[in-house]
Amino acid sequence: MGTLSLQGLRKEYGQSVAVERVDIDVGEGELVSLLGPSGCGKTTTLRMVAGFIEPTEGRVVIAGQDVTKMPAYARQTGMVFQSYALFPHMTVAGNVGFGLEMRGVGRAERDRHIMEALKLVQLDHLSERLPRQLSGGQQQRVALARALVINPEVFLLDEPLSNLDAKLRAQVRGEIRALQQRLGLTTLLVTHDQEEALTMSDRLIVMEGGRVRQVGTAEELYENPADAFVADFVGRCNIVKGTIEGSAMRSESGSLLPCRMEGAPANASVLALRPERIAMQPGTDGSGLTARIGAVLYLGAQTEYQLDLDGTVLTAIRPTPQDNDALRHIKTGDTVNISWDPAAARLLPA
Amino acid sequence: MTFTDPIYSKARRDDSDRSSVPHDADLRHHRTIAVNRLQAALARLSYRSIIAFGYVLMLAPVAMILVMSFFQDEIVSFPPSGLTFHWYANAFSRSEFARGFLVSAQVALAAMIIGVPLGTAAALALSRSSIAGKGAINTLLLGPLIVPGIVAGTALYLFYLRIENALDRDVVGTFAGLIAAHVLLTIPWTVRVVTASLQGLDRAAEEAAANLGARPWTVFRRITLPMLRPGIVAASMFSFIQSFENLELTLLLVGPGKTTLPVAMLNYLEFRMDPTLAAVATVQIVIVAALMLITDKFVKLSRIV
Ligand SMILES: Nc1ncnc2c1ncn2[C@@H]1O[C@H](COP(=O)(O)OP(=O)(O)O)[C@@H](O)[C@H]1O
Ligand SMILES: [Mg+2]
Repeated sequence: MGTLSLQGLRKEYGQSVAVERVDIDVGEGELVSLLGPSGCGKTTTLRMVAGFIEPTEGRVVIAGQDVTKMPAYARQTGMVFQSYALFPHMTVAGNVGFGLEMRGVGRAERDRHIMEALKLVQLDHLSERLPRQLSGGQQQRVALARALVINPEVFLLDEPLSNLDAKLRAQVRGEIRALQQRLGLTTLLVTHDQEEALTMSDRLIVMEGGRVRQVGTAEELYENPADAFVADFVGRCNIVKGTIEGSAMRSESGSLLPCRMEGAPANASVLALRPERIAMQPGTDGSGLTARIGAVLYLGAQTEYQLDLDGTVLTAIRPTPQDNDALRHIKTGDTVNISWDPAAARLLPA
Repeated sequence: MTFTDPIYSKARRDDSDRSSVPHDADLRHHRTIAVNRLQAALARLSYRSIIAFGYVLMLAPVAMILVMSFFQDEIVSFPPSGLTFHWYANAFSRSEFARGFLVSAQVALAAMIIGVPLGTAAALALSRSSIAGKGAINTLLLGPLIVPGIVAGTALYLFYLRIENALDRDVVGTFAGLIAAHVLLTIPWTVRVVTASLQGLDRAAEEAAANLGARPWTVFRRITLPMLRPGIVAASMFSFIQSFENLELTLLLVGPGKTTLPVAMLNYLEFRMDPTLAAVATVQIVIVAALMLITDKFVKLSRIV
């Protein structure tokens, strides 16, 4: 396994720019995910690494070697496609063995590697099936085995779980991560699903509009988002526009919201507050902020409250109150006192 | 009419709770319902008869030929005085049909073998590369479908005569000339069928192969071509049939001893009108139908035509 380094990558399509100034380093055995909304340039970036798209500018370096001008077939990357892209006319074994065949590996050795790779994904009993005789989850594992068996320098995954149903997705997520850690695979994963990125990655790269917004671990991005976009995209977040007044923010509807002033960037224009940081007390004692409950959404372990502060709408998420809890009988239309640790409310640029 | 029909069930309900003395309004109401029902039934009937008529129109000649080939009388008349296999025996004993069949099969096979790779290459170029004037080239390639066969045949005949003058050797009436003409018949179909297959082909599979180390030619040979196979088989069958049953384009281009089956049939018709031709045609129809059925196993024909 090698390292991957993207340096000043840029891709233009005619007048429009799909990817711009992308610098990414993936260390040996590290899983880095590209996270961002649809159309932000994730796939384009990944395809430049694989060699299917030639960058307009910048360099792709794999295992210390500049491969920017190298055709896809000469690069040592193993890619798992969103649609799996299995060869429909070849058996599972034929699919997995294709890369070895291209490398001139002899029959006997090839068969051994194929079975090893299939054991890795628990499909060794289905080696003679055709792809169309497999379930979606099985096809996906064949695609994994096919990409892994060639021992690539970099492992590339484009939305690998998007075609699986929700339950299977959670399971395969864990399986891929375990496999990646066990084999020490240098991996670049593309996803628009934040949960997937948060649970699977060593580091995340949040992209938007073809550019990198922020790089960091899941915790860093969640606790210290660089801007409102990252705060909103990674996890849930209340974003309130307003103007700074003393050590609080005056929202557009006039509420004065306490926030943390130290470390606030000069161009800060919004307040970002995680829903789970908002505390609530039933009734009004006149002190602090009061809000009207707009809606109560029961989510099982947690309950979500829509809070209306004279026109500014905030979302609070609390553990679902137990029998003796004062919040137990709260309902839509009630008035509550709300508060939060000012340190939890950050000022960020939009 | 089904019992779920709302108008019908409404009428029934009205029937059951009708009061003993019918009012004027009631009667009018019932009359309207009856008229509505009649209209709906008529609409359905005429729709079905149009479809049935279409089928009859298409299949009647085929059925007629099939039936007539067993009629005993030399001049076809209804009802026949008896049934016989005589005309089949006659067809098989006459050398012009056997020879015609052989020539047709040879020409069709050759035209298919030459035309299908050409058409496939054209389809690939048209849907994969970014050459200028794709639309125009596409129209040109489909041309032989649009120009009436007899016109194209005449044009080819005149063209061949010029080549004969220029090269000082025979072209009209040779196998080569005939095959070249029939290749023109195979190309439009092949381009259409293969283009349709290419549009349904998952490009990601080709990229996956490249990602696994396959060079472009290997990708084509090991991935693209096998994935196109159903389309190419269908194109081959279509091409064969187009050539095998062609009369108009061929008419002026055949030479002595190298007459195709359809031309041989036309020649026979000039002298006799007995059901031998029906027998030959039946054999021909059976062959074409068999080819169609085989093709349909590979690709659903309805997706292409
Ligand atoms: N072949 C192409 N031609 C023109 N524009 C393209 C092409 N491929 C992608 N784009 C554009 O580039 C941007 C990034 O696309 P993509 O990398 O597929 O986004 P993502 O994978 O993040 O959803 C999009 O705006 C898309 O419309
Ligand atoms: Mg994408």
